[in-house]
Amino acid sequence: MTDRPVFDEMWGTGETLREPYRKFHDWFSAEDPARLRAKQREAEELFRLSGITFNVYGRAEAEERLIPFDIIPRIIGGAEWNKLCKGIEQRVRAINSFLYDVYHKQEIVKAGRIPEAMISGNEAFLPQMIGVEPPGGIYTHIVGIDLVCTGPGEFFVLEDNARTPSGVSYMLENRETMLQMFPELFSQNRVQPVQNYPALLNQSLSDCAPAGAADTPVVAVLTPGIYNSAYFEHSFLADQMGVELVEGQDLRVVDGRVAMRTTDGYKPIDVLYRRVDDDFLDPLNFNPDSTLGVPGIMDVYRAGGITIANAPGTGIADDKAIYSYMPDIVEFYTGERPLLKNVPTWRCSDRESLSHVLDNLGDLVVKEVHGSGGYGMLVGPAAGKTELREFRKKLEAKPRNYIAQPTLALSTCPIFSRTGLTPRHVDLRPFVLFSPKGVTITPGGLTRVALKKGSLVVNSSQGGGTKDTWVLED
Amino acid sequence: MLGKTANGLFWMYRYLERAENTARLIEAGQRIALTRLHGSDDEWRAILQTAGGLKAFEAANEGVTKEAAINWLLRARENGSSVLRCIETARQNARLVRTAITGEVWESMNSTYMMAQETLARKVGERDLPGVLVALRRQTALVRGMTHGTMLRNDIYNFARVGTFLERADNTARILDVKYYVLLPSASAVGGAVDNVHWESILRSVSARGGFRMEYGPGAGPRQIIDFLILNTKMPRSLAFCVNKLGENLKYLAPPEHPTEAQSMVSRIQQDHLRRDIDDVLDYGLHEFIETYLDLLARVARQIEVDYRFYE
Repeated sequence: MTDRPVFDEMWGTGETLREPYRKFHDWFSAEDPARLRAKQREAEELFRLSGITFNVYGRAEAEERLIPFDIIPRIIGGAEWNKLCKGIEQRVRAINSFLYDVYHKQEIVKAGRIPEAMISGNEAFLPQMIGVEPPGGIYTHIVGIDLVCTGPGEFFVLEDNARTPSGVSYMLENRETMLQMFPELFSQNRVQPVQNYPALLNQSLSDCAPAGAADTPVVAVLTPGIYNSAYFEHSFLADQMGVELVEGQDLRVVDGRVAMRTTDGYKPIDVLYRRVDDDFLDPLNFNPDSTLGVPGIMDVYRAGGITIANAPGTGIADDKAIYSYMPDIVEFYTGERPLLKNVPTWRCSDRESLSHVLDNLGDLVVKEVHGSGGYGMLVGPAAGKTELREFRKKLEAKPRNYIAQPTLALSTCPIFSRTGLTPRHVDLRPFVLFSPKGVTITPGGLTRVALKKGSLVVNSSQGGGTKDTWVLED
Repeated sequence: MLGKTANGLFWMYRYLERAENTARLIEAGQRIALTRLHGSDDEWRAILQTAGGLKAFEAANEGVTKEAAINWLLRARENGSSVLRCIETARQNARLVRTAITGEVWESMNSTYMMAQETLARKVGERDLPGVLVALRRQTALVRGMTHGTMLRNDIYNFARVGTFLERADNTARILDVKYYVLLPSASAVGGAVDNVHWESILRSVSARGGFRMEYGPGAGPRQIIDFLILNTKMPRSLAFCVNKLGENLKYLAPPEHPTEAQSMVSRIQQDHLRRDIDDVLDYGLHEFIETYLDLLARVARQIEVDYRFYE
């Protein structure tokens, strides 16, 4: 760990209340803690009733768990947010250009900015996408950029989620719950709304419909099914957008179109917001054992008969090894200096980097290149001797599978605990929509919070919680 | 609407209705048992028989006892039609069709599930049984009320109703059939004091005592009760009422030019079985009548799956 004092988003590094929290603090100081504790329980009851649960992989199918919710909002000032948005938009545009290039001329490789092997040798690279023109030129319709903060206005990108970022239903339900429990807070503070996200999503997806689609394109959400850990979110988004929620078994290719089985026959779909991984999308083109996908959908896609959001093959852009090249990628495609910082990253495939990582394992965070959800990662400073020894063996066996980063002094936000306000580390995932008509960023996003004291792991599967995230209107 | 969604709605409401009727059946059984002066636990054997689960019950239990039968019907995991499993399956289907139902319907379904999980986590003792049964029925009524009060009257609603009435049309017939099985050991008791108590219990279990008196006046007997539960078109749980409703809901869902196969089948059941005189039914034999009718109803259910592309 660094010796720098941790930056708290409410109190800074000292005892001076930061401006965005001023009105909230006045309110909080006048509140009776007993009432707030009751409200905390009420929030849990509301979540349980709404069914906003997730299934933990590896547990009994019947077990549905709630992600803990903390009633103290995270508050971001309007000016700070606007600045952040510029960086996010720049990065999202660069990622899309990068994907187009990867599946077309690979100029960035020719220019020597990324080694060829990083592309062709990458598991997430889909040769089937070479030369394919996605409708409207959009690959990443929905992106979640994971950010951490280390000081006032100092944001780092921790991860780009360009495949199927999840969590947006929590952003919406958290706000809904806060509005219901503490309406007075929203009278006192001018909080930018997030509730129109489903409408914007529907609009953005419709704007990406293939040529020849009707004026109101038919949009559907594809889910792996009721046992998927994010099923709640899939049904939530379909419900809020007013579109059908389909599974692979509801779909088939009919007359060159992907169509869903309705009670009076098959009806074609123009835009499919799929929450199924590439591998399972089409048993004819990818994993032949998949029962989650649609046989032949890739052929329809290549012929321009459907929009798949996000496009197949976008995983190569959020791969953790490619991540280390992001500053180059942003510069190469936008001609500008990157506005958002990358966390310095050692690629363990590189011999020198590997030896540096092995020498400093206790100070670093090591992640699997293709991992997600906080599984299979090592937080050096928090790990015991045995864990370090085990991980060292894994690293030596398959160095290409790992990257390493310094442990950042992540900012904290207060949570409501038995003793009042207690600081805990947080990250932020804003949600970005991208269509030929432009980039839309919902003000705020999902704040995840590590509920254990000192912990840096915010993933819900590892005991993290969430908070409502406010962006104030300045 | 997706075929899968129609399927999910159909089964969500079938299981919800089944949960409620199984609770009613337990109530009827308990009443018959409590008013019996001596003898064995035959009424529970009869109830298990009509609920269609006697074989599975015997495979999983040693002999029919009151306690085992109630537990089996109320909360046994091995019994797919136990109240607990019905509510779980109804909720599972509600999750599947979450985009088709209103938030109110979903939340009432979810709260029913949460209540059942809690109340039926352990065996329910005799003393607590009446309260638990009332609470369960109140919860399923809440879902039905939310459905009635918040859903658009469109094809979604009609599929929900098709499931409800198909199941209820089945379950009321089964409740009536309990009487046949209870009487099996000695047919001589017909018209005796015990016999009347049985019929009274059956009326109670379908919430129909008051309605029955209004329709038939005091002094009416078993013959009228059978008429009431089979042929009366005002009684909302009678066979005739449920099948009429089923016909109406299917009519809404069918293209106007050509009726579906399921619709024609329902019309035939109405014509051949439910527009008759009660004496016809009794001459034919009540048990035989019910068996024929249940079989026809099951065929309608299978035809609906085909007509509306539930699976392919």
